[in-house]
Order: sequence, then C-alpha cells, then structure tokens
Amino acid sequence: MAQHYRPGRSLLIFTVGLIGLMIWTFLPGERHTPKLGLDLRGGTQVILSPSVAAGETLTQDQLNQTVAIIRQRVDGFGVAESEVTIQGTGNGAKIIVTIPGETSRTVVDQLKTTAQLNFRPVLAIDFGSPQASASPTPSVSDSASPSASPSGSATPATSTSTTPSPTPSVSVAPELLVPPIQSPDGAGDFADRFAALNCAESDILNGSTDDPAQYLISCEKDGSVKYALAPADLVGTDIESATAGLPQQGAGGWQVDLQMTTDGAKKFADSTTKLSALESPNDQFAIVLDGVVISAPSVNEPILGGSAVISGSFTADEARALAQVLKYGALPVALDVDEVQQISPTLGNDQLRAGLIAGGFGLLLVVIYLLLYYRALGVIAVISLVAAAIMTYLVFVILGRGIGFTLTLSGVAGAIVAIGITADSFIIYFERIRDEIREGKRLRVAIDQGWIRARRTILAADFVSLLSAAILYYLSVGSVRGFAFTLGLITFVDIAVAFLFTRSLVTKLGNSKWMNSGSAWTGVSPTRLGVTSSTSEVN
Amino acid sequence: MASLSQLGNSLYRGDVSYNIVGRRKAWYLVSAILIVLSIATLGVRGLNLGIEFKGGAEFSVPLTVANDQSVSQARETVLAAGETPSTVTIIGGDTIRIQTPALSTEASNALSAALAESFAVEEANIKVQLVGPSWGDEVTKNALRALLVFLVLVAVFLSVYFEWQMAIAALAALAHDVLITVGIYALSGFEVTPASVIGFLTILGYSLYDTVVVFDKVKENTKGIHGGSRTTYSEAANLALNQTLVRSINTSIVALLPVLSILVVGVSLLGVGTLNDLALALFVGMLVGTYSSLFVATPFLCQMKERTAENIALAKRVQARRKGGDTAGDDLKPVVSIGAPIVASAGPRQQRVKKTRSRRSGK
Repeated sequence: MAQHYRPGRSLLIFTVGLIGLMIWTFLPGERHTPKLGLDLRGGTQVILSPSVAAGETLTQDQLNQTVAIIRQRVDGFGVAESEVTIQGTGNGAKIIVTIPGETSRTVVDQLKTTAQLNFRPVLAIDFGSPQASASPTPSVSDSASPSASPSGSATPATSTSTTPSPTPSVSVAPELLVPPIQSPDGAGDFADRFAALNCAESDILNGSTDDPAQYLISCEKDGSVKYALAPADLVGTDIESATAGLPQQGAGGWQVDLQMTTDGAKKFADSTTKLSALESPNDQFAIVLDGVVISAPSVNEPILGGSAVISGSFTADEARALAQVLKYGALPVALDVDEVQQISPTLGNDQLRAGLIAGGFGLLLVVIYLLLYYRALGVIAVISLVAAAIMTYLVFVILGRGIGFTLTLSGVAGAIVAIGITADSFIIYFERIRDEIREGKRLRVAIDQGWIRARRTILAADFVSLLSAAILYYLSVGSVRGFAFTLGLITFVDIAVAFLFTRSLVTKLGNSKWMNSGSAWTGVSPTRLGVTSSTSEVN
Repeated sequence: MASLSQLGNSLYRGDVSYNIVGRRKAWYLVSAILIVLSIATLGVRGLNLGIEFKGGAEFSVPLTVANDQSVSQARETVLAAGETPSTVTIIGGDTIRIQTPALSTEASNALSAALAESFAVEEANIKVQLVGPSWGDEVTKNALRALLVFLVLVAVFLSVYFEWQMAIAALAALAHDVLITVGIYALSGFEVTPASVIGFLTILGYSLYDTVVVFDKVKENTKGIHGGSRTTYSEAANLALNQTLVRSINTSIVALLPVLSILVVGVSLLGVGTLNDLALALFVGMLVGTYSSLFVATPFLCQMKERTAENIALAKRVQARRKGGDTAGDDLKPVVSIGAPIVASAGPRQQRVKKTRSRRSGK
C-alpha cells in the first residue's frame, strides 16, 4: 500500500486541478466573485406558499405555471438577477422570490396579486359623489387605425343606469353588500344590491374569486365608483401581451398596447362590435382583477385585428401597472406570504464585512495555534488550510455561475465552522504520526502508517458531516439550506486537500534531512515525543 | 504547548491515565443534573422564540445613537400608526428593533414609512421582516423531520461501521448535547431563531463527528483483546480515550476559535444577528459535545459492552490473572516507573501487545 505511494504525483494532480479551477474561475468576461445572497448585499426576499384547500393537491404543473407567472412579474420590475425558485414539492412547496438591491416596498403586494382577470361589459356605473367623476374614462381603440381617438372621452358625471332602474328605497341586508357581489343571472335583487352598495364604506374583499360566467357588482380600487357588470366576454388567458408606452404621435399621455391571442382576437372583435354600438356607459368594458375593477375604458369602434390601445390620462406608472395586470393576469393558485425580509444594502455590506472579519480572525487564531503546537507540521497544516480556502472560494464562484449557488450569511457561518472540521483532519493525521513515533518508529514509517490509520477516521468522521449536511439540505428551506450546502461542499474540499495535498506535503517533508534531524522545531522530534535513544528502533 | 505535548506522550504510553470510564457514575451525575436542570427550565421558562416562530412583523431602524428616548419615540410612532408594538428593543447601541403582531403588507408599508419619517431615516434603510403565523410551525416541522431522518441514517451507519452498542451510545450522547444546549437557551433567555436552529442541527453533526473519532480508537484498541486475558474492555476503551484526549482538546480548541471569533466580531460589529445566534448555539453545543464524547458516550458504551457474555468472561480472566500473577496492577493505575525502557515494559503497553508483536515479527 504505502510502498507505491508517490507524493509527487498526488501533488501534481492537486496543483493541476487547482490551477484548472482558477482558470475556469477567472475566465474573462465572467463573474469572478461568488454570487452573494440577499442578506449580504441587501434586497427583498419573499417566501410564498400556495394556499390549497383541504383535500386538494397542487400539481407540479400548476406550481410551474405559478412560478412562471411570478417570474414574469418579477422580471417586469426590471431588477437584474432577481430570482424565483421552488423549494419542495406538492402542497408543501414554497416559492422563494429574491430581488436584490433597493426595491420598492410595494413589490410584495404586486407579487401576491393573484389576479384573475376578466373583461366584462358594463351594465351600469355609479360615480357616487360628483367630485369623483373628475377623472376621465379611458377609451380603447384599434391600434391599427392611426387616428386613435384622443384620450379623455369622459362619461357623464351622473349616474346613467340602463339596467332595470334601481329603486332606492329597498333595503338589503348588509352582509349581502360586501363587494364583489356575484349573481348567476343578474335578476332578483341584483339591481337592489347595486343601488344599496356604498363603495366608499365597504372594504373590497381581498383575493376574492371572480366567476367569469356570473354577473358582478363591484367597485373601483379606490372605492370611488361602483359598477354592475355582465358576464365576461374575455378572460386573462385571451391576452397575448400588454405593454405600456407613449403613443407614436406623441399626443396624449401614456397608453397600454394590447395584443390578443387568436382566440381572444375573435372574442374581442365580437365584444367590441357589440359594445361600440351601444350608448354610454354601456359601451364600456370593465377590466376586473380578482373581482375589483381596475379600469373601464369605453369602446369607440369595433376592434377586429386583435390588437388594441387603451388610452386615457394615464401616468407612466399607472400604464405600467395596468399592462402588468393585463399581461400576467391569472395565477392558478392563491398565494400566502410566509415571510418577507427587506434588508438594506448598507446592512448587507455590514454583514458581509463582519462575516469576512470573523472568518479571517478565526482563521488567524487557528493558524497561530497550529503553528505553536505542531511547528513544522503546523506550517503544512496552515498551507493546507489556505489551499482549502482558495479551493472553496473558486468552487463558490464556479457554482455561482453554474447552478446559481448564492453565498448567504448562514453560508459564511457554515464556512467558518468548516475551518475547524478541516483543521481537525490534519490534527487527526498529525496525532497519528506522533503516536507512531512514540511507538518508536522512524519518521518515514510513522508518516505512512499514521496516514493509513488516520485515513479511516477522517473518512468516517467526514461521512457523518456529509450525511448531516445532505439531510439538512434536502429537508429544509431557506437559510438552513445555504448553510448545509456550504458545509457539505467544504467537507468535500477537505477530503480532496487532505488526501491529495496534505499527505503528499507531509511525505515530502518527511523525506528531508532536517525533519529527521530530531530538531524540536520539526514537531515530530522523537525526544520531545518521549522516545529515548535506547528505545528508538534502528534500521 | 510543550507541556500539552508531554502530557500527550504520557497519556499515550499510559504513564498518566485518567480513569474516565471508571468514574462514570460521577460523569453521569454531572450530566443528569444538567439534563434535569435543562428540562426543568424548559418547563418553567420555556424558550424565548424569535419572531420567525411566533409570526409577526419586525422593523429594524438604524440610528446614530439609540437610547431610551428613541424607544419611547418608536412606541409612540407605532401607536400613532394604529398598531400595537409588542416589544421595542435597542440593538447594538445604534439600532431600534420594533416587533409587532402580524401585519398586512399594506400596514407594514405604512408603518415603515411612519418610522422613517419619525426618525428621519431613509425608508430603504429600515430592515423589515414579515412572518406569517404558520411559517414557524413549518420551520420546526422541517427541522424535526430532518432530525428524525438523520438519526435513523446515522444509527444505521454507526451500526454497520462500528457496532450497534456504539450507535446507541453515540445517539445517547447526541440527545444529551441537544438537551443541555436547549436548556442553556431556556435558562439564559437567548432568542431562538432559525439561525439557532441551524446551530442546533450542526451540533448534531459535530457531536457525532467527535464521537466517531473517539470510537474509532476504541474499536482499534479493543480489537483482539478477547483472545487474551490482559485487559478488560473498559480498560482498553479508557486507554483509547486517554490516547485521543490530546486530539480532542486540540480539535475542540481549533473548532471553537473560529466560532468564538464570530461571537466577538459579530457582537462588536453587528449587535444581534444571524451570525451571533448561530455562533452562540455552536459554541455551547461544541463544548457540551466534546464533553459528552469523552465522558458520556464512551463510559456508556463500556457499560453496555461489559454486559455481553464475552466481556464478562474476559473480565473474569483478567481478574484471575491479576490475582495469580505478579505483573500488572489491579486497576488502571500504571505500575511501571517512568524511567523504564518503554518497548521492554510489559505493563503500561500491555494493551497493545498484539500490535507490538506483529511489528516486531514484521521486521
């Protein structure tokens, strides 16, 4: 076994491997630093869990679709390196959204908006107080026609209801007046409830479902306007894309360009043909998101081509928000917010700095101790630790590029803890060598025999470490995972360094004259290890 | 350092031997007291669970100097915003931390804006954390599941690699470590956060790692002792403990130094945070873990092993030999004077007789 061990070859393999990793890491045009987690550079992390009713199970398909929509929304924020990942499967799955840097505090609301989007013809509008009518109604027109109608085709400020006229005197039980109110046929007390509803006073139920086949009474987001609406002509999936932009003619404010799917274009053509022939407000359709009216543009003309423009006096933000809603409409499941963390970049930097200082300081203490105790062998231990540190850094960078590994604060902590475990491999080896010398063996024999004994222990102990890291990784979410991953990774680095690097260095050093001189500074001096000259084996 | 090295020599040869296995009742008593204290404190005080486990909202507002006045100012701001602050604390002298019961995202945005205005800081610099009420349960559930799977797999591994008694002893030591660490958390009132849970889980790994190293030596020393009548299982195991004592001390120092540095640097630079929560759990756990692999795991193992038929027989043979013979002493006490030539001495080195013989013949 030991006879065939060639330290030079191991050393060569290790060095070539390390240089290979370095070249790979520092390839030009790639990122040369590890990808930092949000707690180290600031940002927002949201953990969402799909809310599934008892007895239901979430399919992987639904989950993927949800993630795809959320990813689109997140990408819509335009922050580079935002991430959406799934951890876990089935009902226990978590969707983790990380958006680095300083982000607006409304991000969470926008993510959670599990919109169900419907386009419903307007039956009646009530502006409540006259003041609220100041904002003009947006209009929708065919984007193909260059003479798009100018914005601000304002609807009358008073209630113009064309539904069966409401009788104001009828009293309706208050629990029936929580918007959105749905009715299968629009008959019965539908009109009474519309009349009795006061949007300014009733809170809109959050996250309600909106059945597109039913009639609906609901309010505009700010509670100013109430609507009675017919069943939906179009649903969210009929929309191919929606973008906010300024009109090419430069006239008017921001607008939203809509592109329907083939199917949607047909439905939209039918709907707009029907609506454009009607009087105000029945020429309007309401864009309803989760039962809440987002906007209710009027239709000026039949739109046959499947592309349309919604114009009005939108601000840039309003137009973008509307476009987002239209584009990424419906999520297949509702989402609960499990955890939101917002960390400022300043704090992130502080944490990174503290982690690095703690790591450096800890490493320094370990180095001093190893040098004092193991002398020459300690030097090898220190070089090995440095090699392990370099290798770990390189692997961090490469994994960050390859599989999106991000270094978080708990990962840094895992790395710092791993210093101890790595150094322990050397300690086990060195103690075994010293044991063999105490037995009276010559240094070279002791180094070989010591390795054979230490190897077993190192592998068994590292296996337990690896096992705990792997289990932690597979069974946990969030920060625990980062920690487990780092710990497991460094255990592998430890094995590589101990087997290929440390052992060959010790063997090489053991061949030197000085190490065999018995000097106290070698750390393996037989005299200091209690072997008297008479007991030293001579051979 | 030199003296530790000398101690290592003496321990290895058996010139100096701490009778760790023989005094197991004393160690058990120490551990039993600690465990009873831990359980009692847990029952009486419970754990100070972090917001991640209770659910709620937490805002950390960075200030130049945080004092009692800023605490009351924060309270007023929260009350003015129509929310109830559950706790307001100063962290690290320059940060105010406000915890409230669960808030909607809208309410939290409003409150964070109000705090930013009140303390004249940029809203983006306020660290906000919202935790749903079920999140903590899930974290706990995940951790427990991980723990269970880990224990089963480790028991299987140890039974295959060593033997089942070692698996039981190692797991007993593990339970001991976690119980005492949790007890210290309950006693001190340190906040339990997901980071401390990570710490606990790491202790599991570390405690086992340490025990594996010791047991590996025990396994080596007890191999083949049943062929002779020179040493009992407990004595061989005790020698293994003594021989790995220096390694244990060195490893513990080397492992604790970085953790200690996280604690010191973390406290001085950051106040409270993930790093500290983690480091604290690790620091306590590693200390207890080192203690248990030496003083709990191995004595417990010996207790189990001494009950097996072959070890009862061995113990009898050893006793008979010592009564009749004139060589070895009656206990673990070394009898050979330190100056005696080591290779020639049969006394303290008797435990490795087989090894020595094979080496000689191999020459």
